[in-house]
Amino acid sequence: MRNKLSRFAIPYVVWMALFVVAPIIMVVIYAFTSANGGFTLANFARMGTYGVVFVRSFKLALIATAICLLIGYPVSYMLSKEGDRFQRIAMVLIMLPMWMNFLLRTYSWMSILENNGLLNQFFQKIGVIAAYNSIFGTNIKYFHMIGTPGAVVLGMVYNYLPFMILPIYSVIIKLDHSLLEAARDLGANTFNVFRRVILPLSLPGVLSGITMVFVPAVSTFAISQMLGGGTQMLLGDLIEQQYMGGAYNPHLGAAISLVMMIIVVVCMWVMNRFGEGEEQAVML
Amino acid sequence: MKKTLALALAMMMAATMILTGCGGNSDTEERVVNVCSWGEYIDESLIDEFEEQTGIKVNYQTAESNEALYSLLKTGAGDYDVIVPSDYMIARLIDEGMLAELDYSNIPNYALIDDQYKGLSYDPDNKYTVPYTWGTLGIIYNTTMVDEEITSWDAMFDPKYEGNVLMIRNSRDALAAALLDLGYSLNTTDESQIREAYDLLKTAKENGVYQAFVMDEVFQKMEGGNAAIAMYYAGDYLTMLENNEDLAFVVPEEGSNWFVDAMCVLKNAQHKTEAEEWINFIASTESNLANMDYIWYASPNAEALEQYPDYYAEEYGEDLDQDLYEIMAAPADVLARCELYVNLPSDTLTLYNDLWTELGI
Repeated sequence: MRNKLSRFAIPYVVWMALFVVAPIIMVVIYAFTSANGGFTLANFARMGTYGVVFVRSFKLALIATAICLLIGYPVSYMLSKEGDRFQRIAMVLIMLPMWMNFLLRTYSWMSILENNGLLNQFFQKIGVIAAYNSIFGTNIKYFHMIGTPGAVVLGMVYNYLPFMILPIYSVIIKLDHSLLEAARDLGANTFNVFRRVILPLSLPGVLSGITMVFVPAVSTFAISQMLGGGTQMLLGDLIEQQYMGGAYNPHLGAAISLVMMIIVVVCMWVMNRFGEGEEQAVML
Repeated sequence: MKKTLALALAMMMAATMILTGCGGNSDTEERVVNVCSWGEYIDESLIDEFEEQTGIKVNYQTAESNEALYSLLKTGAGDYDVIVPSDYMIARLIDEGMLAELDYSNIPNYALIDDQYKGLSYDPDNKYTVPYTWGTLGIIYNTTMVDEEITSWDAMFDPKYEGNVLMIRNSRDALAAALLDLGYSLNTTDESQIREAYDLLKTAKENGVYQAFVMDEVFQKMEGGNAAIAMYYAGDYLTMLENNEDLAFVVPEEGSNWFVDAMCVLKNAQHKTEAEEWINFIASTESNLANMDYIWYASPNAEALEQYPDYYAEEYGEDLDQDLYEIMAAPADVLARCELYVNLPSDTLTLYNDLWTELGI
């Protein structure tokens, strides 16, 4: 045994074996069998039909990840420049929504975005809708928000934004300040310090942020069901339907899950490759 | 290395023991019954009352739909004694040999159930079930948001109501609405009829008629005036009406589904005696009255159904509106145009499942 302490990892290894490796093996077995137990590829043959859902899921998850990154990176960067007290309070505020149940939070978004919901009532009160009608010559009573792809993306961004901020923040906060000083000593202006030192060094945080947002976003089902009203079916919904919903077909569900997992793993692999390349390029 | 292996094995065993909950020996100490029903489908004070009377602990759980319950049972995730599925699902469970025959001598209150709800197609010989509630499926609409009286399933597919209709998220009910609108039976096994019904749904969906496909979300959406039309169950309409008095309910003229939800005991139930005690308790007139008052679904218990208007008058100090009573317990002329679901053959079920998934895409 290489390290005496490694026996402390045993509980984790057992845990992984029971709850990660074994389920994946079961997914593979289910995916390649039919209801009467024989080997089949029929589950995969049907995958083409669901192409639309694959495309929609990946598209919405990518958009949500990009928005999270665009919001999350500046927030983390600004935050790291502030005083300790401010940082602590800001961290609590960012984490605060996560203390509430995820479903409850998404459910409240439903009542905010409804046709007769809080937001539309607010718009009506302050005259936004009347103004819109007079400018565009339309006759709408509300803005249609619920049940649109935008609502689903909003739900994803709202729920997963902390997972983007936290890793980026924790990388930036630990940056070696002597490097920044060295860059300045060598004549770099603020922009160049950021572009050529801070940004490359914070890339690992960005990459793990992207992973932590993209992976749950691409497989979510509750958000699309509640905010998309079942009209924006995502992979998660499709899989859920094969297990819990109207269509009981665990074999098809396993096949879809497997294809999804493979695509996600490939995406992550490509991204990490790309990330490594970046770092090396910078180091050269 | 050997030590490590032994440790790993020991942990594995400990884990399995924790996971399986060492169910064996706890039975002798405490009497338990595991019940699985739907959400908001019981007056919860009945659970306490039963526990007090009998000393049997009730583990009360809920499932979202018949289909979800079926998956729970199939995957072995649900370890229940008593379940309360609907007619067509009961037929399927009986077909697949998953239900236990009841010993009706332990359920004397079964005699109180009206004969009208016995010997129905799903359990023709009355061997497996004790009816829990019954009701109808219909259209709920907001009278301030539509300018006509709705009487037909057409409303569920009419482009006029674009973005204002809530379709039910359940293949059997959704396709039933389409089949009935086309003039077919909701139990048809004719593939071309089912496909035609599917096309009707698909076209309506593509025309943007549906704001959403909903189950429990329907309450929030209809009560808040966020949608004009929905299809749902009569009992739930009465719950919504308490929060929004602009809502109306209709059993469409083309007919509809009437359903019976009944209590059954699973074949592999660990606590069959307790399960039968629970069923007997729930079948009593007092429990049925309490439940009717709480969930607004009609009772199959003849006494309870008859006494309910008086019970209501006593409880609330005002008379029960006859129209509301007839929505809860549909009169014979409405029931005459309604049909019970029967369990469909497996080919048709597969077709339903495939079409339903396709509709979602």
